[in-house]
Amino acid sequence: MQYLLSVIFDAPGLATPDEDVAIDVFNDRLRAEGRWVFAGGLGTPETATVIDNRGGAAIVTDGPFVESKEFLAGFWIIEAPDLDVALALAADGSKACNRKVEVRPFL
Amino acid sequence: MTGGEVAAAITRAHREEWARVVATLTGRFGDLDTAEEAAAEAFATAVERWPVDGVPPRPGAWLTTTAQRKAIDRIRREARRAEKHREALMLSDTPEPTGTARPTGALDDDRLRLLFTCCHPALAVAARIALTLRMVGGLTVAEIARAFLVQETAMSRRITRAKEKIKVAGIPYRVPSREDLPARLSGVLAVLYLVFNEGYLSSEPGQEAVRGDLTAEAIRLTRLVRALLPEDGEVAGLLALMLLTEARRPARVSADGELVPLDRQDRRAWDRDLIAEGHALVRARLASGLPPGRYQLLAAVNAVHTDARDARHTDWSQIVELYDQLVRLDPSPIVRLNRAIAVAELDGPQVALAQVDGLPLDGYHAFHATRADLLRRLGRSGEARAAYDRAIALAGNAAETAYLTRRRDDLPAGP
Repeated sequence: MQYLLSVIFDAPGLATPDEDVAIDVFNDRLRAEGRWVFAGGLGTPETATVIDNRGGAAIVTDGPFVESKEFLAGFWIIEAPDLDVALALAADGSKACNRKVEVRPFL
Repeated sequence: MTGGEVAAAITRAHREEWARVVATLTGRFGDLDTAEEAAAEAFATAVERWPVDGVPPRPGAWLTTTAQRKAIDRIRREARRAEKHREALMLSDTPEPTGTARPTGALDDDRLRLLFTCCHPALAVAARIALTLRMVGGLTVAEIARAFLVQETAMSRRITRAKEKIKVAGIPYRVPSREDLPARLSGVLAVLYLVFNEGYLSSEPGQEAVRGDLTAEAIRLTRLVRALLPEDGEVAGLLALMLLTEARRPARVSADGELVPLDRQDRRAWDRDLIAEGHALVRARLASGLPPGRYQLLAAVNAVHTDARDARHTDWSQIVELYDQLVRLDPSPIVRLNRAIAVAELDGPQVALAQVDGLPLDGYHAFHATRADLLRRLGRSGEARAAYDRAIALAGNAAETAYLTRRRDDLPAGP
């Protein structure tokens, strides 16, 4: 199965150098264990643009699709046989990046 | 065999075999929903067939085989609808032989897998409780809804959502690894203890104070866990704790529906068989020499209580000593509150009050009830009255409210 590990944070700002090192170590481990699919950090919600082309003419809106205190700061997509493995990896990922992590399965 | 005997055989089979049928089918088909429906259909078939054909020699095997056939039928039907006929044809027509082929050994028991899946930490606690009572306990959705004063449709949704999450999120059907086992097992025990406590003192105002159906179910499920994990001290401890608590149930509520505290209970009404069984479990754990966990310590506290001829003969120093051990394992305010209640008997209400005051339990009725009682014993009636008022406002259950109200109204007038 594949899982989306969303990194949730409540303030803009990049990872500290220490966090960066820990994230690199964690990413290397994901690759070594064959769990890695993809990962990345995201720009702040203010840099988002929403586009809605359901009506024929694309409407462009500045900002994120939902305003909230917490936002998606980055993510991993991992390969894991079941939720227990995904949760154990998410726990290590949360420690590495020093943020909350939400685990969600792909259908 | 008379109709009554057949009905009794079906009831017994349901009690003894439901979890095994659901667990075996979940193991084979990898889907709780299929297992649950097929098990229910198999029992419905038994209700139809057994009065006509007689009770089969091995009811459990008959039920499992019948449920497997029902499950295969169901998967075929759905597969046809989904035009995935080819996959379904690969399912064998012959149900797997039951009870012989699989390697035995408790950790390999499907019922244990089922329990750990239903009590998975990724599910909300309310969902774990509902799912455990349905899948392992075999209670109907209507029974569970009634037990927790929830609309049946809401309870049904809760169970459906939990099953959906297990399936979609990939919660494994597996006994946790050795390193995760203690934490996960304590999660299972916590669910069983919550079921027991809800039965022993309902948190709902409209409910009967003590509900034997839930306490009995919790004890039955804990016995099952103990049969599967006989070496585990905390499982034995929880079972002993439940038995020693359940033993006092007949004396717990007065004829006019008021909660009776331990020191005022008629000890002749206690169930001696349950006490003997609980004491034997506690003694066996003590003899093991292994350091006791939380449930074992609580069971030991209850063993001391149930050992005393009357409240005055309670060995309070031993109880305080057990609570000292408990505080070292779990320094939570509630444990410290219970320790202070024992301290009051040993060192007096003044010492106990000093330990109770300042505990961060302002929203907990037992905190205010304890303070009220200590203040009453110290002759500080005005403060006691205020504390009883707080306790009454927070208490959930009518029997408890009745008891607290009477204690408050019995206070002498004045400050």
